[in-house]
Amino acid sequence: MQAFKQLNGLVAPLDRANVDTDAIIPKQFLKSIKRAGFGPNVFDEWRYLDHGEPGMDNSKRPLNPDFVLNQARYQGASVLLTRENFGCGSSREHAPWALEDFGFKVVIASSFADIFFNNCFKNGMLPIVLSAEIVESLFQEVEKEIGYQLCVNLAAQTVTTPSGSKYSFEVDSVRKHNLLNGLDDIGLTMQHQDKINAFELKHQQTQPWLFN
Amino acid sequence: MVAKTLYDKLFDSHVVHEENGTALIYIDRHLVHEVTSPQAFEGLRLANRKVWRVNSILAVPDHNVPTTNRSTGVAGIADPISRLQVQTLDENCAEHGVTEFKMNDLRQGIVHVIGPEQGATLPGMTVVCGDSHTSTHGAFGALAHGIGTSEVEHVMATQCLVQKKSKTLQVLVDGQLGNGVTAKDIALAIIGKIGTAGGNGCAIEFAGSAIRALSMEGRMTLCNMAIEAGARAGIVAVDDTTINYVKGRPFSPKTEQWDAAVAYWKTLHSDEGAKFDTVVTLNAEDIQPQVTWGTSPEMVVGVDGKVPSLDLAKNEVQRSDWERAYAYMGLTPNTPIDEINIDKVFIGSCTNSRIEDLRAAAAVAKGKYIAPNVKLALVVPGSGLVKAQAELEGLDKIFTDAGFEWREPGCSMCLAMNADRLEPGERCASTSNRNFEGRQGHGGRTHLVSPEMAAAAAVAGHFVDVRTF
Repeated sequence: MQAFKQLNGLVAPLDRANVDTDAIIPKQFLKSIKRAGFGPNVFDEWRYLDHGEPGMDNSKRPLNPDFVLNQARYQGASVLLTRENFGCGSSREHAPWALEDFGFKVVIASSFADIFFNNCFKNGMLPIVLSAEIVESLFQEVEKEIGYQLCVNLAAQTVTTPSGSKYSFEVDSVRKHNLLNGLDDIGLTMQHQDKINAFELKHQQTQPWLFN
Repeated sequence: MVAKTLYDKLFDSHVVHEENGTALIYIDRHLVHEVTSPQAFEGLRLANRKVWRVNSILAVPDHNVPTTNRSTGVAGIADPISRLQVQTLDENCAEHGVTEFKMNDLRQGIVHVIGPEQGATLPGMTVVCGDSHTSTHGAFGALAHGIGTSEVEHVMATQCLVQKKSKTLQVLVDGQLGNGVTAKDIALAIIGKIGTAGGNGCAIEFAGSAIRALSMEGRMTLCNMAIEAGARAGIVAVDDTTINYVKGRPFSPKTEQWDAAVAYWKTLHSDEGAKFDTVVTLNAEDIQPQVTWGTSPEMVVGVDGKVPSLDLAKNEVQRSDWERAYAYMGLTPNTPIDEINIDKVFIGSCTNSRIEDLRAAAAVAKGKYIAPNVKLALVVPGSGLVKAQAELEGLDKIFTDAGFEWREPGCSMCLAMNADRLEPGERCASTSNRNFEGRQGHGGRTHLVSPEMAAAAAVAGHFVDVRTF
């Protein structure tokens, strides 16, 4: 996994609550058996005026000029600013894959759905929870200033605005360590192979029906 | 001894290792389908890793499978990308020796229907699947939740999941449900009360006399929708209803293990006095048949209600959410729910496609005919075995005589990954679980209801109170 340490990134505001993973990457694109290439279809139904299907040349499709990610000022954004309960619904990891493939490394919201939040960390992305008040003030600042960037420092657990306001965020220490160092979860778990074996043996003795 | 919640018992009994508040928990059952597993198998292959315990996995194709004629097998799946995904599952399972119920196996069906049906879901288990509706299996007093594909790979490779303990939310529903009010209505009423983020970070335990009175099918419907309330896991304590359901199924404990298993399962309930982080209570008598009006399961009202007006929104963010939902759904505030006409009906999905659901819908449809404005009414059984049972009881005949189409099992129009879908602007009464924009097809408008309510809407051509139908 790619490590995440620090980012100075252009911010794109997606002013909606309860954005579900069906909206982030619609079901027709889930037929792919690959991990990459979902970026052109992130938010497909909102981003394009026509109906997208896998295999289409997305560069030739009509863009929805009203959708925020299509606006010139947000091209190249790597920080997505959004509202509460982002990533609800389906567990599809294609959602963080699509956001990451598009270029987002950080998502800031006042809350996230659990599975999406967890999936981000498996893909070198950092979901950050800030209070609804701070999120609201960030929305106002982004709107006012073209080229608005945020500086995200994972080690220090801070988000810094262009005017120097600094907001702290919480992150689980294990997740933080793994993300900072780009560590692969499976490799780490395999270090406990003996414990897994021992647990499994005991478990099988007490509940043999689980192993039928 | 400290009184423990059921969630704590299930979690604690599976901890392999714990460090800094993060645990490795052992996974007993891993259910796999074609959409979220190919990248996980590929990851194992690239890292030259093996599956840790092959017999913990049960695989089935369900999302992409056609619900029409399957006589030509996988090769007959019209969409080449869907076909490749199903073929890839077949190949991966063959390569690793994983048990798979293939598309034309009688036991094939929606992963969350077949697990319990086969006894592959048992009380006390930890169950995972790369699918958010894995919460369904919590109905058996199991700790079950959806995971992402990276975690699917992790569980395949290590038999463990990296987990932090969730908070606990007890939803207490006491009293007796009225006639025509179902587990689906309880689920929607709960979501209407606590919101789609109400259970974020929590495992929900459903308890109270109304829950105890539910069949296993009803409990599965309820736990299935826990994720729509934001909770990864929903749980119901084990009782005789659970044990009677499990008995005699193909993967259930054999005779010589049965008594020991039952003795353990009977401990799977929250202890007297166990503390939950939050408790929410509902009175079963107050719950009406529910109909969603918007684009989130929390946008729900009783069938005798109206599309709410903006002055009822709790804040600015919700106001703009509702405004978008009115526009997408083609509805105006204050429209009575029973004046909303529908174009299609979908009875199926991991929420409501079990035999009891089909019986309930058939009882409403019997001797009637779908309304002229209903272009298509689909009944998609949850599994080949549910379909066979329904046919044995003559339910297929009741449905087809009433103008419904009787299909092959799969996820179908719940998420429209196969050919079953809504066209732009079409309005559907659906027994599925999500009414998100585009969920059942680009531009489609979904209203979530119970099987009884869906059948009644099919006949009336608009939503109607099944209690007075």
